[in-house]
Amino acid sequence: MTDPRQDEIRRRQKARALIMAVLLGAFVVLVYAITIAKMSVQP
Amino acid sequence: MSTVTLNHDAPLPADWRDLLALTKPRVMSLVVFTSLAGMLVAPVTIHPVLGFTAILCIALGAGAAAALNMWYEADLDAKMKRTASRPIPAGRMDPQAALHFGVGLGVFSVLLMGLAANWLAASVLAVSILYYVFVYTIWLKRRTPQNIVIGGAAGAFPPLIGWAAATGDIGWLPILLFILIFLWTPPHFWALALFVRSDYAAAGVPMLPVVSGALATRRQIALYTLPMAAAAVAPWPLGLAGPLYGIAAAAFSLVFLALALRVLANRAVEPAGMKPEKQLFAYSILFLFALFGVLVLDRWTVS
Repeated sequence: MTDPRQDEIRRRQKARALIMAVLLGAFVVLVYAITIAKMSVQP
Repeated sequence: MSTVTLNHDAPLPADWRDLLALTKPRVMSLVVFTSLAGMLVAPVTIHPVLGFTAILCIALGAGAAAALNMWYEADLDAKMKRTASRPIPAGRMDPQAALHFGVGLGVFSVLLMGLAANWLAASVLAVSILYYVFVYTIWLKRRTPQNIVIGGAAGAFPPLIGWAAATGDIGWLPILLFILIFLWTPPHFWALALFVRSDYAAAGVPMLPVVSGALATRRQIALYTLPMAAAAVAPWPLGLAGPLYGIAAAAFSLVFLALALRVLANRAVEPAGMKPEKQLFAYSILFLFALFGVLVLDRWTVS
């Protein structure tokens, strides 16, 4: 038999880990885009 | 293989929806819009990627300030109907997690702004977050009915930051926009405070309707509307905006004034009879969106 509290903790941890992975991926893309943009506006 | 046992007394990890709720997404929309307007009316164009990043940083900074506000005010929020269901007072989130989230988000937004745009914009963003947390939330809110008058400056920073991100300096137009939002905040918040007065009274927050009564608050709303209208129209005679903006600002301000006068004439003390106050509150949000929208339109049609 599973502990409902433990299940809820695991569900929340999984959801947060997934969102954090997406955000980190987006951050990497953003830093890359910022770098290219900065290079293109340099005099 | 070892078995991990969970401590049943430890708080549950926060749900991501509650972390999002901590950032007050609805308030954030006005912040994003006014900062974007400040950026778009600037005399120089910013690279779209850098502009997007700057707006993102302003939104994250506003979210950080909101999270820290909710962390500090959890006891007040628990006493008010309007806010009792927020993540911390409702018991869905550990206050410590909210504090860490707010500080982390704030530091991240300022550093990213400095690296992507410039350090002037980052400094003003940092000042706006610190002002909202320390001056408004911690110092003024529980002490004086002038809380939202002085504290209102925190919400007036976004167009200034948007402009600074694009130009690297601060001009007269964003300063006027700062003054406009600063003067708009009291009528906007006092209209709300009139019909949720009992909530503020129950929580012991010295909002003007609680301390001085409905009549004095209605007078102050009308009084603040006059300089606010002047600040709204001012960019036109000062040559900082064209006639399209000037005429629209005058028309929008006249509607604001008419609604403020209806509030002044209202004698209701119960929320059920406060339709003029509710209308003014709703219109005040639309007013700011429309005014900044027309300002951008005016700038783009001229240039």
